[in-house]
Amino acid sequence: MYRYDEFDAQIVKERAAQFRGQVERRLSGDITEDQFKPLRLMNGVYLQLHAYMLRIAIPYGQLDSRKMRKLAHIARTYDKSYGHWTTRQNIQFNWVGLKDIPDVLDELAEVEMHAIQTSGNCIRNVTSDQFAGAAADEIEDPRPWCEIIRQWSTFHPEFSFLPRKFKFAVTGADTDRAAVRVHDIGLHMRRNDAGETGFEVIVGGGQGRTPHVGVTINPFVEKAKLLDYLEAIMRVYNRFGRRDNKYKARIKILVNETGAEEFTRLVEEEFAAQQSAEKITLPQAEVDRIEAYFEPPAFEDLPEVSDSFVKASADDEGFAHWAKTNVRAHKQPGYGMVTISCKPIGKPPGDVSDTQMEIAADLAEQYSFDDIRITHEQNMVLPHVKLDDLYAVYQALSKAGLATANYELISDIICCPGLDYCNLANARSIPVAQDLQNKFADIERQEDIGELKIKISGCINACGHHHVGHIGILGVDRKGEEFYQITFGGRSDELASIGQIAGPGLKQEDVPDALERVIEAYRDLRSKPSERFIDVLDRLGHEPFKEALYAGN
Amino acid sequence: MPVIKNGEIVDTPQGEIHTLGSFLETAPNDIEDARAVRLMPDDDPNALEPFLGEIEIIEISFPRYTDGRGYSQAQLLRRRLGYTGELRAVGDVLRDQLLFMVRSGFDAFEIEKPDAAERFAAAVKEMSVFYQPAADGEIGIFARRHA
Repeated sequence: MYRYDEFDAQIVKERAAQFRGQVERRLSGDITEDQFKPLRLMNGVYLQLHAYMLRIAIPYGQLDSRKMRKLAHIARTYDKSYGHWTTRQNIQFNWVGLKDIPDVLDELAEVEMHAIQTSGNCIRNVTSDQFAGAAADEIEDPRPWCEIIRQWSTFHPEFSFLPRKFKFAVTGADTDRAAVRVHDIGLHMRRNDAGETGFEVIVGGGQGRTPHVGVTINPFVEKAKLLDYLEAIMRVYNRFGRRDNKYKARIKILVNETGAEEFTRLVEEEFAAQQSAEKITLPQAEVDRIEAYFEPPAFEDLPEVSDSFVKASADDEGFAHWAKTNVRAHKQPGYGMVTISCKPIGKPPGDVSDTQMEIAADLAEQYSFDDIRITHEQNMVLPHVKLDDLYAVYQALSKAGLATANYELISDIICCPGLDYCNLANARSIPVAQDLQNKFADIERQEDIGELKIKISGCINACGHHHVGHIGILGVDRKGEEFYQITFGGRSDELASIGQIAGPGLKQEDVPDALERVIEAYRDLRSKPSERFIDVLDRLGHEPFKEALYAGN
Repeated sequence: MPVIKNGEIVDTPQGEIHTLGSFLETAPNDIEDARAVRLMPDDDPNALEPFLGEIEIIEISFPRYTDGRGYSQAQLLRRRLGYTGELRAVGDVLRDQLLFMVRSGFDAFEIEKPDAAERFAAAVKEMSVFYQPAADGEIGIFARRHA
């Protein structure tokens, strides 16, 4: 993974000192909470329902054991011994005292981490494919370009007071696991006819109150021009994006109101007008330097089949279920990509304890080339595990409560913190997720249902990504009572689409039974077990599922 | 209102500061009477291009510190259009925005605080290295690593 040089280290160190000064000014009463707000929001500090919340950046979701152990230490020392993985591959601590935050930032700086770009109307932490550098369907590892974008966008002098927050996602694989079509800018690495790799540039995707799938404004931008092209997009947005209404300020609204064609013309015009002195000189030696940090690890030459894996699968049914669901094929024969589910049945999705973090760190160090990822679906990944080692990894995870076999199954739910924590929420979301997990807890039933992505948000800001859930659930408040609106057909992959509302909202206690009827309708309607829920929706439309949803009324 | 320029409080000339509209009416006929202009966030700085050699002060207005359009106006004036006169930030100009402004090409700041000079001095030295090339002449870390 990337390692800081003296420049990177200096920036993080100076930023921590700067924030310490700002906190001192706040605690001494020199500035009011109102005046402090823009400062703390530049540094990932939010005021939540009960306390300040600190969000720490995990650029493109990658950690090593040293960083993970530091997060565990922070959880134990400054919080209530747990943290929460967010849908943007970051971690949130919900109970850190304001006076302690400068110390936390100093501790993070020691391990090359920070809270920059985790809040405010700036370019936020860049997200990516959690299987980057390991997936078989990758044309190129996107992480070097994520890192280049991270550096370019950090404290950008022109783009730190945008109309609204701004999110990038980058993928290098055919299958889009980074949801690039529902980001402000999505970059999908492509190969042109000459065999060179570059970027399809997708703009104006997003969720929230007015969800949009992004539009491709340029099918191929070569690497050497990428940052200048991004500057052109950002300048058009900064100058012309709406600032009169925060709910209409995202770039998706500008693209939609201007029209994709005209927006593209504005970007191309701005890009063409750039003088040579304005261009960002990214020396090839610099690209090479950054790429070198992401060279593949020293894989062993192994057979495709592991005898010990086959034997353990036959002997231990729990392991067989887990391996079938949570281990995916690696580009290197004899290795697998392991998803560590942070969605145990009945617990808040994405929460992990300090000891669980430490166990994950140990396993990464011992079995996965000291590489561990956080996913936007709020799980962890050990990207490079030998098939021979899977059983040992599974046993260690089992002891730590981390071996839930549900990756991409119905109980692997994305869920925002909801009204239990968040002061924007209209409704609770965690209890809804827990009810569904309990309803569908049986592993064989989950495997039979197959891939099914349920996503739950507690308000229309859509932090739980309900718009792109195969089944989306949105909590709404109607006259003091919580209702849940169901959507069908959303997806965030390369065929991204926004889910459609099925009909009137349901009471919380009715949601599990209603969705069970939907699932049973799916099982009756599928042509074969491998036809997924989302495939049947595509083939038959939404009607049969709407009927099933409301059949209990 | 005190103005900080090159780190010090300076006297400000009392001449008329035109809106962009009145500037564009006056300048073609009487450039002597059109040495200073104030841009609002939705004004297009490209409109000033024919007169940039004659203008002494361009004020860029920040009605609220959260409105960042002035940073793009400044970058356009300095880096694309080659303006070399005074570029002054006015309005909601706060201590913690000063460094971004300096980097975007501002060299003068209207700051409504008695200790404006001290605030400015402290704010601009909080960070010493930057990733991006910018209007303050910084070449950026990408290039510095290989210089």
